[in-house]
Amino acid sequence: MSEVTMLNNAEKIKMTARDVKVFYGDNQAIHGIDMDIVENEVIAFIGPSGCGKSTFLRCLNRMNDTIDICRVSGEIALDGYNIYDPALDVVQLRAQVGMVFQKPNPFPKSIYDNIAYGPKLHGLASKKSDLDDIVESSLRRAGLWEEVKDRLHQPGTGLSGGQQQRLCIARTIAVSPEVILMDEPCSALDPIATSIIEELIDELKQNFTIVIVTHNMQQAARVSDRTAFFHLGNLIEIGGTNDVFTNPKQKKTEDYITGRYG
Amino acid sequence: MTTELNTVTSANKAYSKVQQQVVRSLKKRHRQEKLFRTAGLLAVSASILLVILLFVNIFAKGLPAFWQHSITLDIYFDPAIVKISEQPQPQAGETENEFRQRDLAWRSEVGLVNFNRLIFPALQQVIPDAQQHRRELQRIVTSGERFALRDLVIADPSIIGQTKTLHLLTDANIDVWLKGNIDRSLPDEQQQLSAKVREWVDALKQQGVISNRFSFALFMNPDSRSSLASAGLAGAFMGSLYMMLVVIVLAIPMGVAAAIYLEEFAPKNRLTDLVEVNINNLAAVPSIVFGLLGASIFIGWFNLPMSAPVVGGLVLTLMTLPTVIIATRSTLKAIPPSIRQAALGLGASKTQAVFHHVLPLAIPGILTGSIIGVAQALGETAPLLLIGMKSFVASVPGSAMDQATALPVQIYLWQGNELRNFFEARTSAAIIVLLVMMLSLNSLAIWLRKRYEVRW
Repeated sequence: MSEVTMLNNAEKIKMTARDVKVFYGDNQAIHGIDMDIVENEVIAFIGPSGCGKSTFLRCLNRMNDTIDICRVSGEIALDGYNIYDPALDVVQLRAQVGMVFQKPNPFPKSIYDNIAYGPKLHGLASKKSDLDDIVESSLRRAGLWEEVKDRLHQPGTGLSGGQQQRLCIARTIAVSPEVILMDEPCSALDPIATSIIEELIDELKQNFTIVIVTHNMQQAARVSDRTAFFHLGNLIEIGGTNDVFTNPKQKKTEDYITGRYG
Repeated sequence: MTTELNTVTSANKAYSKVQQQVVRSLKKRHRQEKLFRTAGLLAVSASILLVILLFVNIFAKGLPAFWQHSITLDIYFDPAIVKISEQPQPQAGETENEFRQRDLAWRSEVGLVNFNRLIFPALQQVIPDAQQHRRELQRIVTSGERFALRDLVIADPSIIGQTKTLHLLTDANIDVWLKGNIDRSLPDEQQQLSAKVREWVDALKQQGVISNRFSFALFMNPDSRSSLASAGLAGAFMGSLYMMLVVIVLAIPMGVAAAIYLEEFAPKNRLTDLVEVNINNLAAVPSIVFGLLGASIFIGWFNLPMSAPVVGGLVLTLMTLPTVIIATRSTLKAIPPSIRQAALGLGASKTQAVFHHVLPLAIPGILTGSIIGVAQALGETAPLLLIGMKSFVASVPGSAMDQATALPVQIYLWQGNELRNFFEARTSAAIIVLLVMMLSLNSLAIWLRKRYEVRW
């Protein structure tokens, strides 16, 4: 596809998708998508409800495996390795490709245990002090440390919605993934909490590749480097965020962006 | 300055046509609501009334049975009557087995003594004209008490030659007579007790020699048919306890494991649908059918002993399994999927997600479901009748393989006893014991739920 060749060759490609099709039972949700995701970029997926953007996002760390009737065909690679290879352990993939969900979903445990769970799971810390360090640095990077440092052992569910979502982001970066998938991370948050998360995304992109699904076009325009527009299970257009928003090549993209449907 | 408000009451306000229609329909709506509330209130009151009636009835009948008439006698352990050799002591160079055999021989020697002969002289001290009515004298103390005397001697042979003041249970018919459970105006030929005995016990009661005391026999003794007054619940209680242990050890782990597998891991296909439907069907199978199954499989094929709590426990396990599975599954279903996704998203395997996050959240629900299931099993009677647990067992079972009966079955057996006047109260007392156990189990379930409940 032409979009692929548009990429600057100097940028390192983190993930590639080729002819990805997703079926829910007899229903085809995604009709063959090709896409490259560049290292350390923020790429936003936009499109009307039911266009397949979340479904495609969930293919990137195989979260769709948890849905019985869901079937994925095509090829998705992370650093050149096919993530749907039967020999690959999905646990390892998800340690590399973390995910933040639409609704903040902290474990009903303490803030500390929320962050420490991932590192403990993967044996990233051998000593208690190492674990403490991971918890502190993750919370700092998520901009939550100052707010919670005195109540690390209180339940994470007692935080406000925006804080909970930052806790979930901190929990995700605690396992040092390479790619972070965000599925409408701000849709349950108020504008102030949203702007804090957006700033956070901006900072995080220095270390992580971020794929964000959003309903909010302004948000996509604010935080992303590139934008992909989905419609009815097809990738209509992908390009630099500025180009897509100011000079869309496809009529459908223009109609959506100018609010003719959505 | 105050402005006057011109309020209009709804009665004299002029309404538009639409408003009038609304007011009319409002009246109808209010009437319907009132009707519904009244019906609900009536239903609740009726059920509360019935429960109160049941409890009042059971407690009114059962509570008196916790006290029983006993006679206070000075028993002289006459060495001339209790002629036994010295209690064997372990000797050097003797094996455990040899000592046990000598001890057993000694115990049976003690058992041969006629301890009734200790009771008669003591009775003669409190009844002046006892000498002329030796036959009637035998009717006063219930026959089982001679074994109580034997056990005293076995426990401490040094009491031979001493006089002890003991409270011995009176015959069941005396208890009935003194509690007023029989019409005193009935003619002699319709009375269980002879006129002489009735006269004696009334006098003894007056003197305070016979008194109404808390009945430890009800809790400490197994069932009895020869000495009705000393029939107790100990055997049935232990039988029920062993069965509950079997149920807890088997049904809860198996049920929870099956539920976790079906809910979290099993693929959704025809086969699992079939399994699910059949589990729900099993929950609806009449319990007596499980009894038949138990009789043919556990006793017929596996040759497990009849009337044993282990078989009862296995049968009740079969019966409890669907309850535990269904309760566990519905609890697991109620755990928000976002928790599973969060764990999976961090790279937990499916098993880890279940055991680290889902199961701890489901524990209160699982415990509640399991305890309700166990409580149900505790009250179950029908299947036990078919595996021989309704037989009369006059000893307290020492293990789950010994013959035993169960609390609800004991209630059924006592209910059918021919000495109605005595056993009606005893039956209600047994029901109270069973109810107390049920209520404690249910309270435990509530407490555990509150204790482990996670607030979101």
